[in-house]
Amino acid sequence: MKHEEEHYDLLVVGAGPMGSTTARYAAKNGLKKILVIEKRQEIGSPVRCAEGVTLAFFDELEIEESDDFIRKKVKGAKLYSPAGNELTIGKDMAGDEVGAVLERDVFDKEMAMLAAEEGVEFMLRTQAKGLIKEGDKIVGVKANRMGEEFEIRASLIVGADGFESQIGRWGGIYDVLKTKNIMTCFQYRLSNIDFDSEYTHFYLGSSAPGGYVWIFPKGEDKANVGLGIQLSQLDGSKTAKEYLDDFIDKHEGLKKGQAVDMVAGGVSVEHPPDSVCTNGLMLVGDAARIVDPITGGGIANGMKQAKIAGEIAAEAVQKGDTSKEFLSRYEKRWRERLEDKLWRNYMAKEKAVQLDDEQYDKIIDALRDVELEKLSTEAILKGVAEKYPELVESFEDML
Amino acid sequence: MSVDVNFEKCMHCGACAGTCPTNVIFLNDLTPEVGEGCTRCGLCLKVCPVRALSLRGD
Ligand SMILES: Cc1cc2nc3c(=O)[nH]c(=O)nc-3n(C[C@H](O)[C@H](O)[C@H](O)COP(=O)(O)OP(=O)(O)OC[C@H]3O[C@@H](n4cnc5c(N)ncnc54)[C@H](O)[C@@H]3O)c2cc1C
Repeated sequence: MKHEEEHYDLLVVGAGPMGSTTARYAAKNGLKKILVIEKRQEIGSPVRCAEGVTLAFFDELEIEESDDFIRKKVKGAKLYSPAGNELTIGKDMAGDEVGAVLERDVFDKEMAMLAAEEGVEFMLRTQAKGLIKEGDKIVGVKANRMGEEFEIRASLIVGADGFESQIGRWGGIYDVLKTKNIMTCFQYRLSNIDFDSEYTHFYLGSSAPGGYVWIFPKGEDKANVGLGIQLSQLDGSKTAKEYLDDFIDKHEGLKKGQAVDMVAGGVSVEHPPDSVCTNGLMLVGDAARIVDPITGGGIANGMKQAKIAGEIAAEAVQKGDTSKEFLSRYEKRWRERLEDKLWRNYMAKEKAVQLDDEQYDKIIDALRDVELEKLSTEAILKGVAEKYPELVESFEDML
Repeated sequence: MSVDVNFEKCMHCGACAGTCPTNVIFLNDLTPEVGEGCTRCGLCLKVCPVRALSLRGD
């Protein structure tokens, strides 16, 4: 296998769900020589995710639901304010946003296998170490595969290398993240706990400043229990893990649980970047910073974006034009699909982080009284305005 | 002047790499590697969910 001598149509860096899915759709649209490189030895492991997801994108992405990777479906979500006010959001209200809890390690491998069925080649334990540029175009990556250094060249490169994305930075595509747009996360998978496993649970307020605590069921008495905290809210005296330990300590049903897994990670909750492409290179998924700024969820957005990325990648390579200008077709299509909501939720996040515990108590209290038809920022603001108009004054520009 | 990683604590999650404003932290395989050019801003210390990083010399 002398890959340094091969030239690929498409090279994807990172075999997360977005890398595999981009490759799958590029293959479905006619590209023959596609390589995905992944630095880990096992796709999908270790898991860096709370695994909560809507299943609404499965049809569009041609994924068949399977018990192999759908661990548990839920009836809805429950939100809690710091004083314990509770709001239940059922399927009718949340629409397709209520969903399921995955087995991400199995799911990620399944996404890779779907791509492999289309003829995509995978290379594990192979890390991109740098980009190769010719003039103003990215033409390949310097790679290291189990100690062996070599170059891989391709007509088009896709950076699907997640939150830690170096490809985006090396390619000069975007700036560093501001601390208010970074969430630091910690999670245990707890077994033998008491909770309502028919729902996902979200605890708002100061137990996770700028973020929330989640409980996502993995079974009747087991769940992913974790939190994300906005980096700008931390002063260095307490880590994300310490916040979570404190929260669990205060909840009897959780305190007796035993952790069978520990997960750490970073998430960007940035507004959509101005550009996710340059000559010969495009970014997708977490690397393109399209995580929902309110929920921190990146899978659903990323999958929709990856399908578009694969389609445009195929078109660009077939037409022999992988310039930034041509790739603007990708920008245009994913933005039409995702950008409005990302911006709206980014603005909502900017406001939500200013709320104190008492205000969260009022918001949840107000929402219990109104019939929310749909779970949108607008509907929530209108609902709160009925009981506590002063609370939404500062949000009025969002209505 | 740089950052030390305590590998007994490190969860290999990459939060530090994605956060570093000068882009000198790189997850080599799953292991953080701190290169030249660190400005000792301390953000990686804060973002680390398990306090695995410290500024050298502190
Ligand atoms: C604690 C936590 C909880 C979360 N919970 C949820 C949730 O409940 N729901 C949800 O929708 N989203 C959640 N997210 C976000 C979700 O995990 C991401 O949106 C998703 O994993 C993004 O997929 P991706 O394919 O873009 O990147 P990743 O899944 O991060 O995949 C990137 C891949 O690239 C590889 N890679 C990186 N650099 C290189 C390199 N130089 N060379 C080769 N390979 C490389 C990595 O090893 C990795 O396999 C959570 C994130 C965290 C951290």
